[in-house]
Amino acid sequence: MEEFADITVTVNGEKIGKRVEARQHLVDFLRIELGLTGSHLGCEHGVCGACTVRVDGSIVRGCLMLAIQADGADVWTIEGLSDAGEIEDLQEAFIARNALQCGYCTPGMLLTSAEMLEAGRKMSRAEIREFLSGNYCRCTGYHAIVDAVETVMESRFGG
Amino acid sequence: MKAPRFAYIRPESLDEVLELLAEHGDEARILAGGQSLMPTLNMRLSRPRLLIDINRIEELRGISFDNGTVRIGALARHGEVMDSPIVAEHLPMIAEAMPHVAHVAIRNRGTFGGSIALADPAAELPACAVALGAEFVLASTRGRRNVAARSFFNGLYETERGDDEILVETRIPAIASGYRSSFMELARRHGDFALAGVCCHAKVDGTVLSDVRLAYFGSEDRPRFADAASSAAEGEAWSEDVKEAVKTALGDDLDPIGNFHASAATRLHLARVLTGRAIDRMVDAS
Repeated sequence: MEEFADITVTVNGEKIGKRVEARQHLVDFLRIELGLTGSHLGCEHGVCGACTVRVDGSIVRGCLMLAIQADGADVWTIEGLSDAGEIEDLQEAFIARNALQCGYCTPGMLLTSAEMLEAGRKMSRAEIREFLSGNYCRCTGYHAIVDAVETVMESRFGG
Repeated sequence: MKAPRFAYIRPESLDEVLELLAEHGDEARILAGGQSLMPTLNMRLSRPRLLIDINRIEELRGISFDNGTVRIGALARHGEVMDSPIVAEHLPMIAEAMPHVAHVAIRNRGTFGGSIALADPAAELPACAVALGAEFVLASTRGRRNVAARSFFNGLYETERGDDEILVETRIPAIASGYRSSFMELARRHGDFALAGVCCHAKVDGTVLSDVRLAYFGSEDRPRFADAASSAAEGEAWSEDVKEAVKTALGDDLDPIGNFHASAATRLHLARVLTGRAIDRMVDAS
């Protein structure tokens, strides 16, 4: 039985082969092994949402999944989504609405918001809040974040 | 914190899992969605020698309906259960409970079987299983056996599952004609652990309730079936008097554990209020 394994994982569209320790979680792998420090670690036990990344099309807690489990998976982080331009309007809305202050939660907020936008429809503020309920922000009080998501929904999905 | 060292294996078949469990027993942990196991590892509350990752075992997946029973594979993700048309049609209580189970990112990974096997006393699904008369199918190299939900949960994170067994699937009777379900929960933040929660299931004829089944979570060390409160409503036409009788009887069923989130008295009060509202809604809907 092995405490190490070779994995192949596609990160932000690039295929990567690495030897990882079984106990290393996905965000430590991204940050330490690949230098992708946009995904943050807050609580490291699944409460805060700062570590949110996209795995095989759905957001997950990057601290609650082992890197070894991502073997064969398609992983996207804030770096990849930014470069691909997928959430440019969302990022602009965050800036315009002051939806961040220290920025620590922002990558997770953006990944979660991106999944919300994939539903392809406008949501009520209550629905937006519920969808974001797994991501903590200690600066903004959330109103500005909800404003930003709502703005993008309006511009993408019309009035 | 960082998880302690452990070995990891990802079997391709259920037989392989059963062999590994037979060999390693309590030294091994089954890794399904990992949404509770990983925090305990990261906080070093658990130090297994081996993780057995069951995520690629096809036969543990899926949700199906056959002959009045819904089968939910151990690996069905919470998100899949939440979006399942089978669950929406045949298990309305579970459909109603799912939005309360954690948050989106956790529902994308966490599994139905994991929630049952972990037996967290504040979790929604064990209590739903108790109210709905579910059966759990356990497998080991010794064979398979079915355990009724009402005799499965033994205490805080304690169940009837042996160290060499794996929960393969949950079998839940589909809602029958004339029956109603209702689910209510209170938590500090949507998706967080319950301060109080109730699962109601009954036959509702006009305002008359029968075959009443009330189960509670977020109260004590395990999901609790409320015999006294269920009996107090049995055969009665729902009224303010019956509601008060049910609430009073609930005091005989529940012995909540208080903590800094809410005292025992607060939890009992909240469970009583939720019960009244949940049955009101069941009766109004019929």
